[in-house]
Amino acid sequence: MNRPKTWLLLSILAAWVISRFQGAINPYYYDILITIGINIILGVSLNLVTGYTGQFSLGHAGFMSVGAYASAMVTLSVGAHARGESLIFIGALLVGGLSAALAGLLVGGPSLRLKGDYLAIVTLGFAEIIRVVFENVEAVGAARGLSIPVHTTDFFWTFLSVALTIYVVVFLVHSTYGRGFLTVRDDEVAAEAMGINATKYKVLAFVVAAFFAGIAGGLYAHFKQFIHPEGFGYLRSVDIVVIVILGGMGNTPGVIIAAVLLTILPEGLRALGSWSALPEAIRPLIQNRMILYSLLLIALMLLRPQGLFSTGGRLTKWLKRGKGAAA
Amino acid sequence: MKRISFFAMAALIALGAAVYAQDEIKIGVYASLTGGQASFGISQTNAIQLAMEEINKAGGVLGKPVKLIVDDDRSTPGESATIVRKQIANDKVCAILGEFASSRSLEGGPICQENKIPMISPGSTNPKVTEIGDYIFRTCFLDSFQGEVMARFALEKGYKKAAILTDEKQDYSKGLSQYFKENFTKNGGQIVKEQSYSSGDKDFRAQLTSIKSTKPDVIFLPGYYNEVALVGKQARQFGIKAPMMGGDGWEGDALLKVAGTSLDGCFFSTHFSADNQDPAVQAFINNYKAKFGAVPDCQAALGYDTMRLLAQAIERAKSTDPKAIRDAVAITKDFSGVTGKITLDANRNASKPAVVQTIGEGRFKFVENVAP
Repeated sequence: MNRPKTWLLLSILAAWVISRFQGAINPYYYDILITIGINIILGVSLNLVTGYTGQFSLGHAGFMSVGAYASAMVTLSVGAHARGESLIFIGALLVGGLSAALAGLLVGGPSLRLKGDYLAIVTLGFAEIIRVVFENVEAVGAARGLSIPVHTTDFFWTFLSVALTIYVVVFLVHSTYGRGFLTVRDDEVAAEAMGINATKYKVLAFVVAAFFAGIAGGLYAHFKQFIHPEGFGYLRSVDIVVIVILGGMGNTPGVIIAAVLLTILPEGLRALGSWSALPEAIRPLIQNRMILYSLLLIALMLLRPQGLFSTGGRLTKWLKRGKGAAA
Repeated sequence: MKRISFFAMAALIALGAAVYAQDEIKIGVYASLTGGQASFGISQTNAIQLAMEEINKAGGVLGKPVKLIVDDDRSTPGESATIVRKQIANDKVCAILGEFASSRSLEGGPICQENKIPMISPGSTNPKVTEIGDYIFRTCFLDSFQGEVMARFALEKGYKKAAILTDEKQDYSKGLSQYFKENFTKNGGQIVKEQSYSSGDKDFRAQLTSIKSTKPDVIFLPGYYNEVALVGKQARQFGIKAPMMGGDGWEGDALLKVAGTSLDGCFFSTHFSADNQDPAVQAFINNYKAKFGAVPDCQAALGYDTMRLLAQAIERAKSTDPKAIRDAVAITKDFSGVTGKITLDANRNASKPAVVQTIGEGRFKFVENVAP
């Protein structure tokens, strides 16, 4: 059996075992853990588009919102059933993922013929259109937002999705398709000359990424139990782009670590702000944690423009050992 | 991958080592201290802090000082749920003061309900907030009440024909228009024209032209101050002399600056008037000014009342048990606050008077209190 598959099964098993004890985890840390999981899915899937295929997309939150709303509508229309809850949830997540993938196909088809900045603008425009649509459609709560009465997202489902996302992305990147992605990223003209259909590869990466963003949206909706169009605005997309850039474009382990760090950091700064041993003089600065957070981001980007973990680093090698077999 | 989540957990547990003290009463506050709606969030939190200091100076609650756990939600969806979980699990708060923004109260509310911790929202007007469950309260009136108040007020003033100009992007605005229309037509008024715009619009001439031709006695304009000021200016340039009316969304300094004198003699309903000569209100205004260097807005007044109402309820409950506090809050009757006498009804909503204000001499002026 090849090693990536072993890792996949092991991590699913670990997720299942931990989920048996999730009641014992402090709810606050549990909340952060689930958020980390959702951010890993978002970061790793966007990395497929931005890092491996070299297409700059600013619309990832748009796909996430499609997934969130679609899955929420499934749950709301089926209603609450104690039996078959997991089955309904899987269905809702898949509908969310597939709707987002469909949206990805619709946007990606025509717009991926564009390059660089133009693509960024089209994806940004798409995400804004989606947001405005959700803000005005009464059936999904419009500007009031939408409450989901159940919270089915738990540790197991979240980290099962994380494991599957990482597996699929790693698997894709190390397959023939992956060679195609990398070629398109490195030189699109040369790729076309070699007979590679660049648009096909770009659309594929885009649709797969949108699918997982949709899954992340579904998990989010069934965890926070309330979704609002504002939550999927342009800033949310930027947050995901930051995870990818900080982790290192085209470096999946780096992106995972960046997702973990960037989720913990604001909460860590929150804890630091209320730390009693803190000198009163610098407390206001620490309490304005978003200033500190942004400063840290700037510092990190200045010190490590190639991303936190460049591909040659020791940590990356250690993390990659398991996945090395497929490389 | 699993290695990573173990690291994450270890790091989190290290970060979260909190110190527990048993001799104070901990109350959670989550508010938008940064981000888009920070100006309301900050004034509300300031007023809550002012109320806390006054309570502690007077000996605290049940003989113990009150300690506020204030957390910022960045005006961003998604953060409120995390914060509420933190305040309940780590800080062990016995009650939570919610957000003024309904969308964030709707996010934190279900978690309070699930953990049976009472939450009081000072300013969320969406009816759904208190429908979450029996642990969720609010101390402001609902949009339906504002619509009703202005309809009654318009009829008392002798206006028979009204035109309505709604901000179709804001649920708040749509709600006010709907309730105004219902109450106005039920009691003998007539709606001669309904028009709409979207937040962010700058030009309202098309809507105003169509309104002008129907010669209304009054124009009901339940929007937010940015657009209201522009509508007012453009209407006067157009020669529309009819007075305008709106809700608490009008109350912003920017309204006076942008509209100049064009909205003089117009009316709007709100929660609180700084003109109110009640000594308690004047003391609140002076203390707030002395501490924060600004005149308190309506969200500040609501925050101040909510904190004091909660402290009084804990005192009556004679316990910091969340269930006992909930029961005590639920039977609040005729609590006299700076925004009027507050009684909580069976649906955990506040029944309280509204204030009608007018505009003149470059400021807001008190007209009357309208009882529920």
